[in-house]
Amino acid sequence: MGMSEDTIAAVATALGEGSIAVVRVSGPEAIETVDKVFRSKSDLRSAATHTVHYGWIADPDDGRVLDEVLVTVLKGPRSFTAEDVVEVSTHGGIIAVKSVLELILRHGARMAEPGEFTKRAFLNGRIDLAQAEAVIDLIRSKSDRAFQLARKQSEGSLSKRIVPLRAQLIELLAHVEVNIDYPEHDVAEVTSGVIRDTCGTVLLQVKDLLRTAGEGKILREGITTAIVGRPNAGKSSLLNALARENKAIVTDIPGTTRDIVEETVSLGGIPLRLLDTAGIRETSDVVERIGVERSRSALGEADLILLVLNRHEPLHEDERELLMQLKDRPALVVVNKIDLPAQLEVSEIVSLYGSERIVPVSAKEGIGLDELEAAVSRMFFSGSVEASDLTYVSNSRHIAALHRAGKSLEDAIAAAGEGVPVDLIQIDISAAWEALGEILGDTAGESLLDQIFSQFCLGK
Amino acid sequence: MGYRAGDYDVIVIGAGHAGVEAALASARMGCETLLLTINLDMVAFMPCNPSVGGPAKGHVVREIDALGGEMGRNIDRTFIQMRMLNTGKGPAVHALRAQADKFLYQHTMKETIEKQERLTLRQGMVEELLVEEGVVRGVVTKTGAEYGAKAVVLTTGTYLRGKVIMGELMYESGPNNQQPSVKLSECLRSLGLQLVRFKTGTPPRVHQDTIDFSKTEIQPGDDKPKYFSYETEYLAHSENQLPCWLTYTSEETHRIINDNLHRAPMFSGAIEGTGPRYCPSIEDKIVRFADKPKHQIFLEPEGRNTKEYYVQGLSTSMPEDVQLRILRSIPGLENVDMMRTGYAIEYDAVVPTQLWPSLETKLIQNLFTAGQINGTSGYEEAAGQGIMAGINAARKVKGESPVIIDRSQGYIGVMIDDLVTKGTNEPYRLLTSRAEYRLLLRHDNADLRLTPLGYEIGLIPETRYRKFLEKKERVEAEIERLRETKFRPDEAVQSMLEACGSAPLQNTVDGVTLLRRPEVTYEMLERLSPAPVELTDEMKEQVEIQIKYSGYIEKQLLQVERLEKMEKKRIPEGIDYNIIHGLATEAKQKLAQVRPLSIGQASRISGVTPADLSILLVHLEHYNRVTAAQA
Repeated sequence: MGMSEDTIAAVATALGEGSIAVVRVSGPEAIETVDKVFRSKSDLRSAATHTVHYGWIADPDDGRVLDEVLVTVLKGPRSFTAEDVVEVSTHGGIIAVKSVLELILRHGARMAEPGEFTKRAFLNGRIDLAQAEAVIDLIRSKSDRAFQLARKQSEGSLSKRIVPLRAQLIELLAHVEVNIDYPEHDVAEVTSGVIRDTCGTVLLQVKDLLRTAGEGKILREGITTAIVGRPNAGKSSLLNALARENKAIVTDIPGTTRDIVEETVSLGGIPLRLLDTAGIRETSDVVERIGVERSRSALGEADLILLVLNRHEPLHEDERELLMQLKDRPALVVVNKIDLPAQLEVSEIVSLYGSERIVPVSAKEGIGLDELEAAVSRMFFSGSVEASDLTYVSNSRHIAALHRAGKSLEDAIAAAGEGVPVDLIQIDISAAWEALGEILGDTAGESLLDQIFSQFCLGK
Repeated sequence: MGYRAGDYDVIVIGAGHAGVEAALASARMGCETLLLTINLDMVAFMPCNPSVGGPAKGHVVREIDALGGEMGRNIDRTFIQMRMLNTGKGPAVHALRAQADKFLYQHTMKETIEKQERLTLRQGMVEELLVEEGVVRGVVTKTGAEYGAKAVVLTTGTYLRGKVIMGELMYESGPNNQQPSVKLSECLRSLGLQLVRFKTGTPPRVHQDTIDFSKTEIQPGDDKPKYFSYETEYLAHSENQLPCWLTYTSEETHRIINDNLHRAPMFSGAIEGTGPRYCPSIEDKIVRFADKPKHQIFLEPEGRNTKEYYVQGLSTSMPEDVQLRILRSIPGLENVDMMRTGYAIEYDAVVPTQLWPSLETKLIQNLFTAGQINGTSGYEEAAGQGIMAGINAARKVKGESPVIIDRSQGYIGVMIDDLVTKGTNEPYRLLTSRAEYRLLLRHDNADLRLTPLGYEIGLIPETRYRKFLEKKERVEAEIERLRETKFRPDEAVQSMLEACGSAPLQNTVDGVTLLRRPEVTYEMLERLSPAPVELTDEMKEQVEIQIKYSGYIEKQLLQVERLEKMEKKRIPEGIDYNIIHGLATEAKQKLAQVRPLSIGQASRISGVTPADLSILLVHLEHYNRVTAAQA
């Protein structure tokens, strides 16, 4: 067995590529952990090595089924890491694989560090000595990328919500610590009422954040998406193409009534809630009349904007204006009608948007839709698409940390209610503070002491 | 004028709280030991507060005692007041604190040292270390005496290039107007050790007969005091304790200080050393916490045969005339006579990341440092390092491997690991919040944690160890008995539960389950189902704590277990971090400076990321496989 005592998990397949995604779990409790959330005729704990099992992943707390899956059991040392490994193959797209991973993280596994499976494989002798340097390069590059992403997120709206929560907890912790380390000092004792109040306030907000997380807001409602463009750009054919690709979860039958204003399509597992679909499907003369004006009103509330341009025509003044206006918004430029001769000068758009955000398609011929799907996934997972008015929690690591923080706060509140001594409750408060810190990439330690000595006047 | 004055296994320089523990440990472990001090009247002197213990510090005293050290026994014999603090909180943070008769404390310690076999106590100021090829060989004193040694322990306190500051006045001095040690500091610097300048301070002392105690609140000791040492039984002076007294600063105090800030060295720039945040002077407190209308002042007697009182809370480096006015603005001190003036003191300390966890310097073999020279503050912190430096110096002389206390084993371990791994940019004080396993490092279980180690290294005598084993076995047996004992929901049990406000039993439960209820105590269960042989109070306490808090205790034990593999994964001493491909530059520098002994220690260095640790692990695996292939 490896030198690590704990069990790790991560998505093992590249996101946004292919419809089957695999969650890999490795470590001494891999089998037990997955078994807790696996509903099947097979009992994983008694399963033989190298066997595949059919069943469902379901949340044991509320019975909610997340996905239909195949589970592979590979017992150490005959596995990639030489530890017990369980692989869960999901097929419900990115959202499903993320929620399966999050459930597994809540039931005993820890999110793997970048390159950690490979590291374990090497440390357990599964990878040849000659590969040591390659393993190091992998860890370095993955960690650096993760670090950059984390730094970007630390400036994001999630961090803005976490920072004040941590501030409340550390103020409480400093107060508790002063009571312990300076018992004769004239600082009021922290009462269990104060602990319950502070932890309760923070817990409410943690729960609120979790509700906005992927499994909540995004699954239920999808990303609010506006398809905008000039009347003849091909908005409705793009919409129809998305539906035709059998990727649509249509909330109502499209086009049958003018009352329908939105519907949901699933693009690469990410649900997009399309705004004003009735408007898009209306007869062309009406569209002519409403034109860009109507599209503009949809822009205000959109989390994601798909700007459709007609490659068969030169850029219109309205379009140029839209391009400028949407430059700093989460927008993709869909250059449609690539089956027809080009009249559009793309280089100008590339200089504004960068080629990553430009997707050439032919909605009519069904060309380029996979690329569109990949582009949407990229935006979604890089954090550049955020649900408006709510802090969107995209990262499974963050969701797991929020769950842990919530659990610790609940423990602290319960303990305070039972009259448990304050120095024991502190263990739970600290755990919550540290879990929230993982989201910011902060580490505990000296900063608690800083807080104590800036908050209280102590001395001999 | 130099002459050869003798040869020893271990020489300890400085007979403060670190030095005496180091010297006693070394001599008790069988080494011929010389303890040198600038002034023989200053052995185990308390230059600041006349007290020992408190949260974390008191825990350290218990640990020293559990290892076979002297501080606990000595304070038990010489206290004038004893209090258990934090009794309203969990057992882990209960903390014993004693007021000492500071003169008796010194004399008792000095006598213990004088009686100790293989230990020579001598007055002399060491000015030079003799070092040959990176190994310390002896010391030279100011009077020309040259002593040979196999190992040397430096416990110089605040003496190194000491400088006393009061207002505009500044002079070279050790604490309490002792001679400072200037040449030794220069010697350390020339040997290549990196030194920093730290600062601490002490309040004025006043005459008892000039205090109006009617304007203060009395702070008595505990009626039935507990003791620091596991060996101490009953002491008669427990019945005759002296109180402390509480008063507060006034508006007038704050006005005087604010009016004279231009004369305060802290603000005029005269002080260059870094002072501790947790121990600010009164002028510092009033500037930083301007909104706080008054500050607590405790008046503490310095002994039974003296009229001197320590004014706790009034540490200051204001000029003498301002100090007197500050004192007289405090209720109860209107007519006070100031016997000694408070002062700030600056001194040289060794940057502690230059040490191995054994407290041996990396630069000079067989040279150990302990106490304030390592950047700490406090008698207990000093003594805790002192005993470890003494143990490890003796073991080095005997060719044995160093003893290192883990962070999960004791506050001493937490402190030393913090110092040698993270360093410190201010005088370091132990706080319980520095320990991640606070629940395991309890005041009550220091013997369970460390006495087996003390026995193994030869500091705990056979008789004491047997007594310890008996206690341990009886506690375990009693927990087992309670686990086996069934309590039915009968009349006796239900009325006991009702009396203490606990819900009635629905089913039969075992004693352990019942005792986990917050309202139920061991004493109650004992009345219903007595142990075959009655346990001592200490054993009863242990049974109760181990059962009552087992849930939390097990959680922490699990954490310790999880991290243990990291702690056990050794890093070879000679490793060259610069050639490790993939390590970040900052990690390379920090690792090369600290030279951690294990992956666990490396993980606590700030600036070393999890990715760096992974890379280090992969490198070590590579290294091990290559080495194994070559062998």
